[in-house]
Amino acid sequence: MTEPAFLLPQPDEDSAPFWDGCARGELVVQSCASCGRRRMPPRPMCPRCQSLDATWAPTSGRGRIWSFVVAHPPLLPAYAAVAPYNVVVVELEDDLSIRFVGNLLTAPDAPLGGLDPSTIEIGQPVEVCFRPQVDGLALPGWRRRPEDGASAGR
Amino acid sequence: MKDRAAIVGIGDTEFAKHLDQPEKVLALRAIAAALDDAGIEPSEVDGLASYTMEATEEIEIARNLGLGHIGWFAQVGYGGGAGCGVVGQAAMAVASGQCRVAVAWRSRKRGSATSRPWAGVSNRVGGNQQWSRPWGLLRPVDEIAMLTRRYMHEFGATRDHLANVALAARRHANANPAAMMHAKAMTRADYMAARWISEPLCLFDNCLESDGAAAVVVTSVERAADLDIEPAFVHSWAQSIPEQHQTMTNFFGDDPLDGPAWACARALWGRADVGPGDVDVAQLYDAFSPLILLSLEGYGFCDRGEAGPFSDDGGLEVGGRLPTNTSGGGMSEAYLHGFNLVTEAVRQVRGTSTNQVDGARWSLVTSGEGVPTSALLLRGATA
Repeated sequence: MTEPAFLLPQPDEDSAPFWDGCARGELVVQSCASCGRRRMPPRPMCPRCQSLDATWAPTSGRGRIWSFVVAHPPLLPAYAAVAPYNVVVVELEDDLSIRFVGNLLTAPDAPLGGLDPSTIEIGQPVEVCFRPQVDGLALPGWRRRPEDGASAGR
Repeated sequence: MKDRAAIVGIGDTEFAKHLDQPEKVLALRAIAAALDDAGIEPSEVDGLASYTMEATEEIEIARNLGLGHIGWFAQVGYGGGAGCGVVGQAAMAVASGQCRVAVAWRSRKRGSATSRPWAGVSNRVGGNQQWSRPWGLLRPVDEIAMLTRRYMHEFGATRDHLANVALAARRHANANPAAMMHAKAMTRADYMAARWISEPLCLFDNCLESDGAAAVVVTSVERAADLDIEPAFVHSWAQSIPEQHQTMTNFFGDDPLDGPAWACARALWGRADVGPGDVDVAQLYDAFSPLILLSLEGYGFCDRGEAGPFSDDGGLEVGGRLPTNTSGGGMSEAYLHGFNLVTEAVRQVRGTSTNQVDGARWSLVTSGEGVPTSALLLRGATA
């Protein structure tokens, strides 16, 4: 038996630019090259103008917590070992219709269950950080932005 | 196709946490029971409708049961969103003359990989799952908990409202001998003391893990008139993939709480002679308790954000504002991807439910909220 593992993304032709950005330490979002509309998750065609041409641009990496859960077992073994842990959905400050699933962390290298979930509130301002993984992958995570007055926790 | 096809037979197996028989045998037993209920010979069946997640192929169903020449068959995807669509497709095939007698069914075992698609993950996740699973949003309950927290935040719904849903289902199951939770009472204190699964959802916000099968027989109103059984007419039905929808992890659209139920409801009521105010009894898809609150709003039984108070004071119980999931549903009878909701909706218009709503004539069934969905409005022949 191998050690229980966390799940990792399998980049594909639609998502590779996103994961490449994460590996560089940039949170990038796909936009239509024709009409400019942002879209997430990435996909080949713009649903507004049907253009197949897309661009990728860095974002501010700043957002707010849109919702969150605290997961308890039964879970896959790697996740059960760190439960309970939070999972958040963050809405991007640049464009509130662009959202990301992630974890609220005390530090980029902190374990998943390391933050007191009772301190999480919808609306809290957060900023992106990146957690290096195997095979050159990095997962975006989120930290509170103390400069915006997030008082609870570190 | 309004009122041109009818459900004339229902059948099911026993429901339990574990049954020894394989899904194939459970499916065959449920279908045989439904045909017997209808008084229709297997050789007369010429149409088959099922879920894409069904483990048993049509050819196995047909040659085991000794069905006739099958001239029409179809499947509907998206798990719990499929049920009403499966029945609706069968009704449409009958109404359009593609077949004369169609059978629709669902057979499911909790340990089966095909029944629990989230359990079969490898270390690498692709497709839509790459946007949620790596961060530990692993299970359907986590995905719906995310929407639930936002719903509670926006509209002030509480755990007491979620408890209303769970308690109504349990009380109905306590009066239904076929329900897995028939002998297990539950109090509000039991609900509040239950362990968390994915906050804000606890154990009792989840459906059961069940083995079992259910089936229905659909035929034309003309054929139905020759049978001894009281038909449940398919008055209206609809399917829905709303704009920019992403199944389960629907966090990405403009308003993720404006879910598939709303779009499905517009189509359903648009094809019906009646509206939500006329519905006597509802079977709302309930893999998780918050889906009932969302569906109450989506199908127009109350305004947006008002489903919590709607559920207060026994609002979802027999005698309440809208008797809901009168068999106990997925949360307390059995979880068969919503197909036992269809058979209960038929029992209500026949007058044979163990939690019978007096004079029930308009009987609504819905399939999964949060996924591409479907709904079915049945009309009783009398009352």
